[in-house]
Amino acid sequence: MNIVVCLKQVPKKDSILRIGADQKWIDERDLSYEMSEADAYALEEALRQKEKHGGEVIVISSGPERVRQSIKEALAKGADRAIHLTDPLFNSGDPAVIARALAGALKNEKFDLIFTGLQSDDYGFAQVGLILAEMLGLPSATIVMEVQPEDSGVRVKRELESGWFQWVKLPMPALLTIQSGINQLRYATLKGIMAAKKKEIKEVKAADIGFTESDAISAQSIQRAYFPEKTKRTEIIEGKPAEAAAKLMEKLRFDARVF
Amino acid sequence: MDYTLTEEQEQLRRLVEDFVAREVKPYEETAGEDFPWPLFRKLGELGLASIPFPTEYGGGGLDYTSYSIVLEELSRLGTHLGSVLAVHGLPQLILNQFGDESQKRKYLPAMARAELLGAFALTEPQAGSDAAAIKTRAELRGDKYILRGQKIWITHGGDADVYLVMAVTEKGKGSKGISSFIIEKGTPGLAFGKRERPMGLAHHTREVFFEDCEAPRSCLVGREGDGFKVAMTALDSGRITVASTSLGLAQSAFDYALSYANERQAFGKSIGEFQGIQFMLADMAAAIEAARCVTRKAAFLRDNGLPFNAIASMAKLLATDAAMKVTTDAVQIYGGYGTSEDYPVQALFRQAKIGQIVEGTNQIQRMIIARELLKKFKQ
Repeated sequence: MNIVVCLKQVPKKDSILRIGADQKWIDERDLSYEMSEADAYALEEALRQKEKHGGEVIVISSGPERVRQSIKEALAKGADRAIHLTDPLFNSGDPAVIARALAGALKNEKFDLIFTGLQSDDYGFAQVGLILAEMLGLPSATIVMEVQPEDSGVRVKRELESGWFQWVKLPMPALLTIQSGINQLRYATLKGIMAAKKKEIKEVKAADIGFTESDAISAQSIQRAYFPEKTKRTEIIEGKPAEAAAKLMEKLRFDARVF
Repeated sequence: MDYTLTEEQEQLRRLVEDFVAREVKPYEETAGEDFPWPLFRKLGELGLASIPFPTEYGGGGLDYTSYSIVLEELSRLGTHLGSVLAVHGLPQLILNQFGDESQKRKYLPAMARAELLGAFALTEPQAGSDAAAIKTRAELRGDKYILRGQKIWITHGGDADVYLVMAVTEKGKGSKGISSFIIEKGTPGLAFGKRERPMGLAHHTREVFFEDCEAPRSCLVGREGDGFKVAMTALDSGRITVASTSLGLAQSAFDYALSYANERQAFGKSIGEFQGIQFMLADMAAAIEAARCVTRKAAFLRDNGLPFNAIASMAKLLATDAAMKVTTDAVQIYGGYGTSEDYPVQALFRQAKIGQIVEGTNQIQRMIIARELLKKFKQ
């Protein structure tokens, strides 16, 4: 079973973020990066499926030179080969543009499943996977917590709200967006790191996949990035103590949602 | 000249960073004083228990630079696993360099998998810096060596499965009468004393006793009389490892202090805005950078087969002094909170001291450096 895993590199979780000079995104200088968490789980799930059923794990990622480090990490953990979309034309905050680039690069790949993380730790759109499925004409399932390949397709357990789950069956090839916590992440090993030196990282430019300037046009743009603005509002609750307490409880429960 | 890490070194560093944050730190926060077996075994699984030793014996086959980077990272956040790995590395180094084929086959792969833990037993109650003054005797009787004597401050003592032991085989010959042995736990006559509790060492040390300890003749490592050379060779490389773990400690204390200086408010601003604190932070950062450069250079020279013992001593001296200074200043920047066990820097401060003492005190390091400097004037 061949599985493609889409990876995104994002600023490390403990980064100290500053707003960039153009006020549209964070200042990316001096940041350290890591694999987006849900993507790390998607990779782990792919590696586990490969260990059970054989086949190949191919990772694909788009972005500048620094992204290579996350690709290498995936290879060190056990992915077989990688595709790196390096053309600056692919760089976009629009999930449709990224999905278009990924679809172009995957057109000639043979795979049974595509995994993406449920959503990225930076933009958090949760869209790339679904748009990619649409573009490739694949069935898809989101927020996946368990993957069971069967003869005629794949059974997956989806997470719903309030602790509910749902089992869905899809024909293959299919695309699944994987929820964080589906499994336990492995470490790369020293041996894995050394073995990764010999694994293929295919670089893909826009021209290689017929991706044009018009494909890169974003349908959406960021207007302004800013830190949550702190506001302070004081409200005096009037009435007898028992009534005031009841009102306070209501506000804490439904407005502040601390219970 | 290149000061950047290779792709693989950076990957290794990140692997260790991840491991320390996810498992080592949480484990050590709740663990008692027993040896951290689960963490040690995990080092084996990750391929980190034998980084600079040959792949044919299960090692990582990497250079000392990579080893040093891993040790530094393993000592970040004040974790003790870096020291565990460095101590485990001493008997490995000796077996690899001086052991015969059957000794290498018997011990190195199992040590690389972290199935066997190693210890290095040189120091005695009356022989620390003056290592040639050891009194533990080893006498060949038939096909057995009989060992008699006492070692002290032996890291992993009682926990380790194999002990690289220095003992006198020929009295009156001083350093030339010493030989080295690999002794397995369980050998009749090998016994352990109570736990010693050196300041800042989590896993403690023990006395090790040899009470007519009978070891097979095959436990001799190298030739009779080579023991002192063996020990000194191991310590030369060991100094790079102590420098590396001290760097991790120093860096950790600095990171805490920097972030605290930025947060802590006094007189209406963060204390990091006061020049008094700024100068301390600048000196701390400079001391760490300088020590790291010398440590990396020592590793570089070793990796390239160049003489490195004076530089290794400089690295050990500078890095452990830097760790002492930086952790002291970190406590100072934290003020009263710095002395509290609820804050991390006092533990780093306590941990730093022993670095100036182990693997040759920093006074001994100066003697080694001076001897190297003056060597060329002697015939």
